[in-house]
Amino acid sequence: MARQALATPRAEKVLDAFGDPTRRRVFERLRHRTRSVREISDGMDVSRPAVSQHLKVLQEAGLVVVRADGTRRLYSVEPRGLEALRRWLDGFWDEALTAFKAAAEREAVKERKP
Amino acid sequence: MTTEQPTAGAFDPNSVRKVVSVQAPPAVAWKVFTEKMGTWWPLSVYKIGKANAVDAIIEPRVGGRWYERGDDGSTCEWGSVLSWEPPSRLILSWDIGADWQYDPKLKTEIEVRFIAEGKDSTRVELEHRKLDRYGARRDEMRRIFESEGDWGRLLGMFAARAAQDADP
Repeated sequence: MARQALATPRAEKVLDAFGDPTRRRVFERLRHRTRSVREISDGMDVSRPAVSQHLKVLQEAGLVVVRADGTRRLYSVEPRGLEALRRWLDGFWDEALTAFKAAAEREAVKERKP
Repeated sequence: MTTEQPTAGAFDPNSVRKVVSVQAPPAVAWKVFTEKMGTWWPLSVYKIGKANAVDAIIEPRVGGRWYERGDDGSTCEWGSVLSWEPPSRLILSWDIGADWQYDPKLKTEIEVRFIAEGKDSTRVELEHRKLDRYGARRDEMRRIFESEGDWGRLLGMFAARAAQDADP
């Protein structure tokens, strides 16, 4: 029921992709640099075919991108993939920190008074 | 807008970073952030209990709880203290989902640094990271909503909040 309320297939795919802990680890391994499937699976207790499968899901969710380098396929994070969530948090922290700044400055004025 | 995006450091899509300059010494900024959170946190909007929230409390030690207190005396957990280094560095575990519900397994992290910037001024840097862990909540929420035939609610809330922000 109410599937038409799901106006955000993209958000659903992102959450879906991150629903699996191994897939989150694969994503984590790409956070700071581009890697091949072999480089991702080295140091993980997961087979290369399994890593490839996880990468496919992450790719379909728009979270990673792939490019060919000779015979290798190199994976990296798609920075826009987490955008909806990041924007929400970005707005939240703007509001909270603006209020914090005002409170801290009021306190500083109060403490400066003899 | 008094906050800004930091420019230093590599962009990490898995985190949100904020910087704000405060006209107060680090010790005061630290005290207001930790001891007096209830005086500035937007409790009317950002709280999870059924009661009206009247305070937000961080217990001042590693392992301390971070929670809200309602006007009926009830408390609701938000997370815990991972690092406590007054007056310069605080790391909190933030276990609140995108639907504003507590989940102890969530464990996203908030690091706050208080850096002296001349006399009586502090640069406050905040990073909210490990955002992919929001996915950890997803399976369990899906089971709940699927069994009730209304899984769309969670995503609806997620989408509404994202849209609110995108369309001020």
